[in-house]
Amino acid sequence: MKILGIETSCDETCAAVVADGRRVLSNVVASQTDVHRKYGGVVPEIASRAHLEALVPVVGEALEQAGAGIDAVAVVHRPGLIGSLLLGVTAAKTLAWLHDLPLVGINHVESHIYAACLEREALPFPCVGLVVSGGHTSLYTCDGPRSQTLLGATTDDAAGEAFDKVASILGLPYPGGPSIDSASERGSPKAVHFSRPWLGPDSFDFSFSGVKTAVLYHVRGYGAGAKTRRTDLTEQEIADVAASFQECVVDVLVTKTLRAAEVCGLDRIIVGGGVAANRRLRARFEQEAAAAGLDLILPPMPYCTDNAAMVAGLAYHYVQGGGVAGLDLEARA
Amino acid sequence: MIAAAWTTESHSARETIALGRRIGRAARPGDVAALVGELGSGKTRLAKGMAEGLGAASAREVTSPSFVICHEYLGGRIPFYHLDAYRLRGEADLVAIGSDEILAGDGLSALEWADRAAGALPPDHLEVRLEVTGRDARRLTFTPHGAQSERLLEGVRSGG
Repeated sequence: MKILGIETSCDETCAAVVADGRRVLSNVVASQTDVHRKYGGVVPEIASRAHLEALVPVVGEALEQAGAGIDAVAVVHRPGLIGSLLLGVTAAKTLAWLHDLPLVGINHVESHIYAACLEREALPFPCVGLVVSGGHTSLYTCDGPRSQTLLGATTDDAAGEAFDKVASILGLPYPGGPSIDSASERGSPKAVHFSRPWLGPDSFDFSFSGVKTAVLYHVRGYGAGAKTRRTDLTEQEIADVAASFQECVVDVLVTKTLRAAEVCGLDRIIVGGGVAANRRLRARFEQEAAAAGLDLILPPMPYCTDNAAMVAGLAYHYVQGGGVAGLDLEARA
Repeated sequence: MIAAAWTTESHSARETIALGRRIGRAARPGDVAALVGELGSGKTRLAKGMAEGLGAASAREVTSPSFVICHEYLGGRIPFYHLDAYRLRGEADLVAIGSDEILAGDGLSALEWADRAAGALPPDHLEVRLEVTGRDARRLTFTPHGAQSERLLEGVRSGG
């Protein structure tokens, strides 16, 4: 069974065709990062227009690469930027209606976990799943592709958002994740100690807002006139603060995920989402999972960042298991 | 005419959330709080309290909307719309996601980084300026910009 997946929940226009939930026949992504870099952030109107312009060619290319014969259409309908979601949902509904195909609505966060199932023989469940991106930091136990139980999530800033904001405090370019990653290579993770937000010994929730504020205080001081006391950091100091901040976030993500595996008695970990492309996070997960005797699945980079292969793959289990949506499927922010 | 501003001090994140709760309790449909303050000044904390005061969500559930620009919490006395202009270029971008309809709507709206999209605000809104005055201390200045926001501020001052 071949399924066409469409993903437009944020900055990327994505379409892919996946056979039987696993074999990726095509995976096309048109990124708006260059457009957003120019403006220093996401611009909803431009994002929607860029999706609109890219959608038809991206879907066309995904279909062409995969060859003819689609059996269902899947689309991310939540959560994300509402205007952007609407474009993908409308396109998917139109295709499903025109060709009389089943339509499946997919949750973006759940599809990030499914990314680890692509191009694998056996489904890697049960496991602990961490989704870490610009908009999400969520920890789950996963019993199957459609069965996830939330253990904890961010209570303020998502990890990727904290990376973006700290990059801005340090004067590093957008997008912040890759900037902090490269700056950290030249810095010491032990240069500055930022206290780890554990939120209590049993908590699986995350909070990175306080770390962001701690970086701000470290750079500018606080209190009346703080802005005028802004330090002119040297390149080395910027690298040291970036590395120390990154180490703090990575410490919390890795420790809580491994503890979740221990507490829930699971021996496998899946990490998905754009922040899973961070090199320090990957290295630390690899080291510590090996030390703890855990099986670790880090999807290849193209399946960590937003893509539609994970959407088309997950949708297979909805078509098989009775989770087809009607043409009244709604986009939800 | 701009009525008198009200200034108060918060000594912890917990106190900032408590102040937000008073806004939530006093709010009526169509009220808008425009939050202005640098990174880490407590804007999201205040919004957490607002959601709690409305009974729309717990503080733990309210997260930063910087990434998706607008979060809706519909479970309370009236809806709570939590908007964020951090990643935007200006008011046109906020209007593009339908902010006019949200801000004039059936709920309480909080807009973080309101100074980055000032033109998208309705003329009558409660401006809340947050300043970092110490490691945990914040100064909050509430300025009403019309009759509706004056009434909201009165409710906040009397404890919501």
